[in-house]
Amino acid sequence: MSIAFAGARHWKKPPLIKRAWLRWTLGLGAAIYLALAFGTTEVNWTRVWEGLPRGAQFVTAFFPPDFVKRWDEIVEGISESLWMTVVSTVVGIAISIPVGIGAARNIAPAPVYYFCRAILAFSRSFQEVILAIFFVKLFGFGPFAGAVTLSLATVGFYGKLLAEDIEDMDAAQAEAVRATGASWLQWINFGVQPQVMPRMIGLGLYRLDINFRESAVVGIVGGGGIGATLDTAFERYEFDSAAAIVLVIIVIVMLAEYSSGYLRRWVQ
Amino acid sequence: MMTVAVKDGVKIWQRRDRNAQLAIWASWLAATALFVYCFQLISDKTIWAFVWDAPTQAGDLAARMVPPDWGYIRQLGRPIWDTINIATLGTVISVLLAVPVAYCAARNTTPSVTLVRPAALFIIVASRSINSLIWALMLVTIVGPGVFAGIIAIGLRSIGFCAKLLYEAIEEIDEAQVEAVRATGATAAQVTVYGIVPQVMPAFAGISVFRWDINIRESTVLGLVGAGGIGLQLNAAITQLYWTQVSLMLLVIIGTVIVSEWVSAKVRHAII
Repeated sequence: MSIAFAGARHWKKPPLIKRAWLRWTLGLGAAIYLALAFGTTEVNWTRVWEGLPRGAQFVTAFFPPDFVKRWDEIVEGISESLWMTVVSTVVGIAISIPVGIGAARNIAPAPVYYFCRAILAFSRSFQEVILAIFFVKLFGFGPFAGAVTLSLATVGFYGKLLAEDIEDMDAAQAEAVRATGASWLQWINFGVQPQVMPRMIGLGLYRLDINFRESAVVGIVGGGGIGATLDTAFERYEFDSAAAIVLVIIVIVMLAEYSSGYLRRWVQ
Repeated sequence: MMTVAVKDGVKIWQRRDRNAQLAIWASWLAATALFVYCFQLISDKTIWAFVWDAPTQAGDLAARMVPPDWGYIRQLGRPIWDTINIATLGTVISVLLAVPVAYCAARNTTPSVTLVRPAALFIIVASRSINSLIWALMLVTIVGPGVFAGIIAIGLRSIGFCAKLLYEAIEEIDEAQVEAVRATGATAAQVTVYGIVPQVMPAFAGISVFRWDINIRESTVLGLVGAGGIGLQLNAAITQLYWTQVSLMLLVIIGTVIVSEWVSAKVRHAII
């Protein structure tokens, strides 16, 4: 807060960044960057202009969308996506439990800790789609490759959060269980698990939600599911079917989001 | 719920009573059945010979990918620059559009709870539920392949994310400060600028940087559907089987992602 020096006292809003030199450097840097970025971005405006009627066509395709013509393909794609979602969430969480426990600094010995952290870092470093390309190459087209991709992505997400949650737990409770002479497994089961369980169930449901969303994408590179159907619809310029697929995805995502939010509140 | 069962006069500690135990057992059974059923359906669509062959294939692929074609890095400057531009300009656009949407979606600032708020919430959900790659797929057919489609795709996808976090931040502001500004006789615009904006500004900056970091990651793959950036080169190299170039690009992508994560963590740390 600064106050002007003379006469009537004027109040000025304090700036977000207090150090003046930093504020000016950041502002100037941003301005130069934006100028460079706009200057070097090649936009084919004639192509954009030509595309606008097609865009309008696509928007009008939503009123009404055509669910009928490709109904069989839509149902097949959606059900494939749902299978992939279920399988990859279960497999991913099953794998990430040992990895996550191993990646918690307070309960794992150092070599195990570094090994598990390396697994987590690896599975998080690539976008799902890049992983999917390779898994499609290895396992062939279809939902199996997609399910493997999503499982790996789930391990990275869930394992990391599980490890962080275990690191944040109350050590006294775990200590108390250990003091009764519990074995290692009993210690994990009665000392650690109850502390992280409510949050992990919530995150599991959240991941189920994400996996469905992502399952729509791995199909574009051949990983099965609704993405493949959508890609085909676009390639054939069947905008009315594409609109139908997009709407189905939105509705399922909304349903999943609301029901998982409801379940999470119920669990916690 | 812990209970104690009495068996032959000896008290045995149990974690749950019978009904709770049964309910849990039944849900495990149902979940396992669902999983096995889904796996069966996927397995029916899988050619298992390919899957069993995968380790050999993976070894073969790995052998072809080393050493990375380091000389190719000279041609990657431009694609990386494009990728960063897609992420940054897309984030800028989305943040600018997210502000009014968030303002309309927040319960305490919306002009109308019955009319405007549901519309704003729908925009948020629609934008969030469609992945940026799908947005890109649509936009490439509409505005043509290139960086422009990528920027718009990232922008449209990020509106929902930014607006959701921002409107939650607006709903959590301290009403007393707003009240105090209003009590000075400030107009509605002044109340917003002096009462609300300073309170959400740190959250706003944090959200933008966080989303920028995610967008860098996403913009590396937009090229696969023709929306510009390094994904374009990656796709070309994969289809032409230039595996040494592919491995180099994967390394470059990891590097970019790590740097952006570091920058975003630093900035958020400085703000919060």
